[in-house]
Amino acid sequence: MSDLLNRVLGPGEPEVTCEQCFELLDEYVELEVQGADADARIPGMRAHLEGCPACHEDHDSLLAYVSGS
Amino acid sequence: MAATIAIPMPVIADESKAWLRDLRDPVTREDAAARLHAMLLRAARYELGRRGVMPAERDDLAHQAADDALVAILAKLDSFRGASRFTTWAYKFVLLEAAVKARRRAWQDREIAIDDDAWSRIAARTGGELETRELLAAIADAVPRCLTDHQRRVLTALALDGVPVDVLAQRLQTTRGALYKTLHDARRRLRVELQKEGLLP
Repeated sequence: MSDLLNRVLGPGEPEVTCEQCFELLDEYVELEVQGADADARIPGMRAHLEGCPACHEDHDSLLAYVSGS
Repeated sequence: MAATIAIPMPVIADESKAWLRDLRDPVTREDAAARLHAMLLRAARYELGRRGVMPAERDDLAHQAADDALVAILAKLDSFRGASRFTTWAYKFVLLEAAVKARRRAWQDREIAIDDDAWSRIAARTGGELETRELLAAIADAVPRCLTDHQRRVLTALALDGVPVDVLAQRLQTTRGALYKTLHDARRRLRVELQKEGLLP
């Protein structure tokens, strides 16, 4: 689907809420850094990050910072 | 909306235990808070720089973000489960504070006008794949028919106009989570409508 359709229709699958995303973000990012299957360990996170631009940005920021620090 | 998540209690690493101990012990609390604040300040400066905040504004915003994050971290210390390193857990607070401040700063002088005509323009788009154009036309038709006024305004602002959710939450005096729930419900309603029309599986 186009970017516009993605923004309008979202991921269309079960996802965590913004509050759950923040709660689990540090664990999810560390699993990613370790090369573990973060999506299997924390279901619904990837879908939320695809559907919520702000949480997506926050995820990218934390991943970039802990990967580089 | 929410996926069901079973989270086992992890073992807290020694370094994280030391942070918890030092931040709780009255003898070491002040020094530990100062060390943590310095780390948060570095992270805030990094994030604000990454987001293109001008150097003249960056330091003030970084201090605000570090101060606010430290308060939040100390208030939520008992909720740290040890699922990550303590520092990773702490960084998410300050990076969020920095991001929210940067997004609000970027939008502070911008009016958020909900433009209902945007959906008609989308329906009239040319170019691209036929399937995409059909979906966009069906969405433009369904939005005024299937969504509440609030859902339509939130969807238009967030999905079409690119307004950050925390900026819109501040303007509407609500929370980011509540707005995302509205967006989620609107998306689900549209998907159901498109499925009825045979345009989505």
